[in-house]
Amino acid sequence: MPWTKKLLRVDLTNGTCESEPLNMDWAKMYLGQRGLATKYFVEECDPKVDPLSPENKLIFATGPLTGTAAPTSGRWSVITKGALTGAIACSNSGGFFGAELKNAGWDMVIFEGKSPNPVYLNINNEEAELKDASALWGRSVWDTEDMLREICGDDNIRCASIGQAGEAQALFAAVVNDKDRAAGRSGVGAVMGSKNLKSIACRGTVGVQVGDPMKFLQASGACVKILKENAVTGEGLPTYGTQVLMNVINEAGALPTHNGSDVQFDGASKIGAEAMAEPRETDGKPNLVSTGACFGCPISCQRVSQMDPNHFAVKGKPKYHGTSGGLEYEAAWALGCATGVSDLEALTYCNFICNEYGMDPISLGSTVGAAMELYKIGAITDNDTGGIALEFGSAEALCKICDQTGLGEGFGREIGLGSRRLCEKYGHPELSMTVKSQEFPAYDPRGIQGMGLTYATSNRGACHLRSYTVASEMLGIPEKTDPLTSDGKAGLVKIFQDLTAAVDSSGTCIFTTFALSADDIAPMVDADLEGEWTSDTLMEIGERIWNLERKFNCAAGFTGADDTLPQRLLKDAAKTGPAEGKVAELDKMLPEYYELRGWTSDGVPSNETISRLNL
Amino acid sequence: MQRALLIDPNTCTGCQQCEMACSYHHEGNFNPSKSRIRVFKFELEGRFVPYTCTQCDEAWCMHACPVDAISINPKTGAKEVSAEACVGCKVCTIACPFGTVNYNSETGKVDKCDLCGGDPDCVKACPTSALSFTYAEEAGMKKMRLWAKETDKGGQVENKAYTEEDIAGYLDQLS
Ligand code: SF4
Ligand code: SF4
Repeated sequence: MPWTKKLLRVDLTNGTCESEPLNMDWAKMYLGQRGLATKYFVEECDPKVDPLSPENKLIFATGPLTGTAAPTSGRWSVITKGALTGAIACSNSGGFFGAELKNAGWDMVIFEGKSPNPVYLNINNEEAELKDASALWGRSVWDTEDMLREICGDDNIRCASIGQAGEAQALFAAVVNDKDRAAGRSGVGAVMGSKNLKSIACRGTVGVQVGDPMKFLQASGACVKILKENAVTGEGLPTYGTQVLMNVINEAGALPTHNGSDVQFDGASKIGAEAMAEPRETDGKPNLVSTGACFGCPISCQRVSQMDPNHFAVKGKPKYHGTSGGLEYEAAWALGCATGVSDLEALTYCNFICNEYGMDPISLGSTVGAAMELYKIGAITDNDTGGIALEFGSAEALCKICDQTGLGEGFGREIGLGSRRLCEKYGHPELSMTVKSQEFPAYDPRGIQGMGLTYATSNRGACHLRSYTVASEMLGIPEKTDPLTSDGKAGLVKIFQDLTAAVDSSGTCIFTTFALSADDIAPMVDADLEGEWTSDTLMEIGERIWNLERKFNCAAGFTGADDTLPQRLLKDAAKTGPAEGKVAELDKMLPEYYELRGWTSDGVPSNETISRLNL
Repeated sequence: MQRALLIDPNTCTGCQQCEMACSYHHEGNFNPSKSRIRVFKFELEGRFVPYTCTQCDEAWCMHACPVDAISINPKTGAKEVSAEACVGCKVCTIACPFGTVNYNSETGKVDKCDLCGGDPDCVKACPTSALSFTYAEEAGMKKMRLWAKETDKGGQVENKAYTEEDIAGYLDQLS
């Protein structure tokens, strides 16, 4: 009974909810979550569909390990056609919502159509019902969760909601669950908003079974042990969180700064892990209060932060004086380095409101960085910004514009278009630090070459979570490779992409792969599921998923020409640091990558590849 | 010597592995809603606090039960509910001042922690050692040791008494 073997189909147009058996042939080929939901999506949706139209579908999916005792079993995903990218989108989140959905007995929920007025979906085990959300519309994620607890009369419900940003259809709006965990990227929150769907409030008490419990507990126990003993998952991430990377990446000269103009940031040490733990000068308390875990996770990378109540951004605003999810590395980078702002408290505030209004901090920070550069060169003026002096380094401007973006007001509406559309609109497309319209994250490919290929080929637009070669190039996992060379990176990227697709689809966290190999993970899946599951099966499934996503993107109109990087990374050499004089050597990696993938020289999966993978 | 479950909220990360271990032991599946130990998140303080039955000696639940369904396991000291005897009247859930006995609508009986017969699975599953199972009479030793070390610092430094900040700082660290 590893899959619940049923999915919930919600027709928003007609207001109906139907239970449907899971397609088990597909489940065996695509495992679950990212893979299986993508399979459903591509079978049911026209690739040319307008992401914000009722014809787009929106899937919330768990994996077969979600909700079990497997370490990091809290992961789940939102799958749709991305509002920001127009490509296949799979936004992964942690927290507790996914395990609750699984405990309620559902592998996934497919939303179709568009509700005539705002609704939320109430799931109580097998019962599911759409309910009026007019009282919730216009509210933040935080208020929505609080109100839903009251309305449902149940403190134990778990929610996944959009805030004002999703309602306003900011193109990088996120779906936020458990108040500070997000399916952040590609604008899945805008799609949810376009459907008039405010939230899913879920309570599950059915429980989760695994195929062979004794074997399963043995395998998952072995994985926990490896995770605890590993330096990254047992020590680095629990103690310092992802923010441990801030100074490391800065020293490596791979920290994109000032909208990608620089590769090092002189304010880095003020906004990293060390700074979060130090007592503040202003009130003697540290920003970092405690660390939290997602469901079932022994790593606990989450930071829980509390702001200085007298900081200008929150003075007199008590709702920001409690704790909330603190800065992760990517968020600190985007809100800080891309914009040149080194005020840790201001960044924490912007991160809080990303949770509150439901926005992706990576795209938000990077887009604000682009706007700052447009402002610097005079392409946008105070006239456009309504008087906000969008200067690099200005914490005040950053806080103000993030507020406006979250609420869909003023110049914030323009920021909500994302960097690509904003820069095009103001006549400087070259200033957009995006691939396939998605802002790239916290690693400069001039200093970490593998990330150039990672961004260029990521199926959901620029992203670090599709093939995190930083693990190898910076941390030596599984093997150290030289970040400054592009040699051998094509193969590395392919392996990371396939493994990641499989791990995502299992319902566990990609961070486990700092310590666990496919050989460690396979026995858990094998004990959980019927059939035989080896590391080879997992890697093959990963490759199948990758190609399925690619096929969808090709049909949606993407070509090899979209597998590129901003000119700045390809033409302007890094000015400082170990990578000084280097550009991103994408052209040296891409042809080899296509060949390893079994794709044509235009980046289209060949017929052999398609039939080899049973696509 | 009897042992007791000791909870240290300072190290708990809220992962709920204890809840999964508990529900698996008692229900045969992973189902936090059926766990006898529960982890509470205090959102605004950023704190995670596990809580369960502390096995009172003069247990309110046991004394309140009209059919003597709750008894002491002499080996572990746990107050155990006999599923055969329990009539589901819920009087014990009213009597327990801590709320750690709860009704299970699927079985029509009440559930409470029974220390897994003397080797609690939640303790084994906890990845942060926020839960431990120690000799009841020595449950305070770890904290005493910490204080002893701190106290000893005073003697090591000539003429240096504690400042208020030192103690406040230390208390902060503990709380
Ligand atoms: S490693 Fe971090 S993100 Fe992954 S499951 Fe654990 S707490 Fe969540
Ligand atoms: S297993 Fe340990 S760390 Fe996890 S919630 Fe329970 S007590 Fe806390």
